[in-house]
Amino acid sequence: MSRSVWLLVWMALGIAAAVVLVSGPRTVAAGAQTQSSMAEVKIDNFSFGPATLTVAAGTTVTWTNRDDIPHTVVSDDKAFKSKVLDTDEKFSFTFTKPGTYGYFCSIHPKMTGKVLVQ
Amino acid sequence: MIKKVTDEILHDHNADGIDRRGFLKCMAWAGTGALCVMQGGVLKSYSLSRLSDLGPSAAAAGELSFVQVSDSHMGFNKPANPDVAGTLKAAVDKINGLSNAPEFLLHTGDISHLSKPEEFDTVDQILKGTGKEVFFVPGEHDVLNDDGAQFRERYGKAAKGSGWYSFEKKGVHFIGLVNVMNLKAGGLGTLGHEQLEWLEDDVKHLKHSTPIVVFAHIPLWSVYPEWGWGTDDSAQALAYLKKFGSVTVLNGHIHQTMQKVEGSITFHTAASTAFPQPQPGKADSPGPMKVPAEQLRSILGITDVNYLRGQQALAVVDSSLA
Repeated sequence: MSRSVWLLVWMALGIAAAVVLVSGPRTVAAGAQTQSSMAEVKIDNFSFGPATLTVAAGTTVTWTNRDDIPHTVVSDDKAFKSKVLDTDEKFSFTFTKPGTYGYFCSIHPKMTGKVLVQ
Repeated sequence: MIKKVTDEILHDHNADGIDRRGFLKCMAWAGTGALCVMQGGVLKSYSLSRLSDLGPSAAAAGELSFVQVSDSHMGFNKPANPDVAGTLKAAVDKINGLSNAPEFLLHTGDISHLSKPEEFDTVDQILKGTGKEVFFVPGEHDVLNDDGAQFRERYGKAAKGSGWYSFEKKGVHFIGLVNVMNLKAGGLGTLGHEQLEWLEDDVKHLKHSTPIVVFAHIPLWSVYPEWGWGTDDSAQALAYLKKFGSVTVLNGHIHQTMQKVEGSITFHTAASTAFPQPQPGKADSPGPMKVPAEQLRSILGITDVNYLRGQQALAVVDSSLA
């Protein structure tokens, strides 16, 4: 094997190690850059669960309404807005940019939640 | 489980009068009804089971009689009531059977469950069975996905803004308000600046002796803010009405009957024709409450309102569909 090929192999191993070291326990988050990851929020008893969800950029969050009453998922700054969700209906949104995204149910505005995108 | 009503009434319905300065809570819970007679700004209330205690004048036919229907939620099909069309028809039968025929109907919102055209169509068709004119205000379920465009097209062509309006019937001034639009995160019902300005102007030139009836979906008093059962800027609206000797506020939304008196203003919420909701704080959430099938119609209902000219009285009677 030529020296240049060995160099490439060592470089590849070094990058892989660096990725593991930098991302540490958040390897799933690092993986999100190549294959999108998913997260879920359940709507039960007029509340979002979890009320605060932390995800990596690129994550698709899916809300599922498990109440007998329709709800919506609307971000405070209108970054995303679902249609009305009847029982068992879902809404998904992919968070590409880091930040804090507050949202609420526009039918029952006492219902609020937050997605922290890192 | 539905608790027996007598455990829940916070005011003695058979008292002679009410301290008008006091903060009175007079609640008639789901499953019963109350007759309220307002005379000279003082409200007297009686449980329906004690109607025989009343003199003939209070129970007599008034100058004006109308019925409030609320929260028909057409399209709802969950276990709490798989047949909301059937219970609305039962409400129509009840209305048609009233000894004192109402002049018209008020529907205080949540006509539909999901704002679908066929849901509104079904309600319109069933309510036609009364042969009466119906005045509507929207509930939050009637303005889904389109900011209320369909609602206004159907019921609010002559209304202002997002659907508010007023009209006169036999000397009584009726005001339909909209408090289910542009709701803010963490907040309650909202009337908004434009509607409040309109209201101030609408009542400015009325005599203080004019009886006022305000109807809106979400309660205009703070029933239980933790569940969103109140309206953020209702105090401003009520301030414009304080000068009147007789103000009755009719709301829906909470699917149970409740009353409160503050000065000359009487607040009243109507039962739903579709499904009951729990008493404030008595469940994890205000979601539909499932009761045994044989009990359902006893906790759904309509509200019959009588105005007796000269006595400055509005009598509010709730009756169940059973």
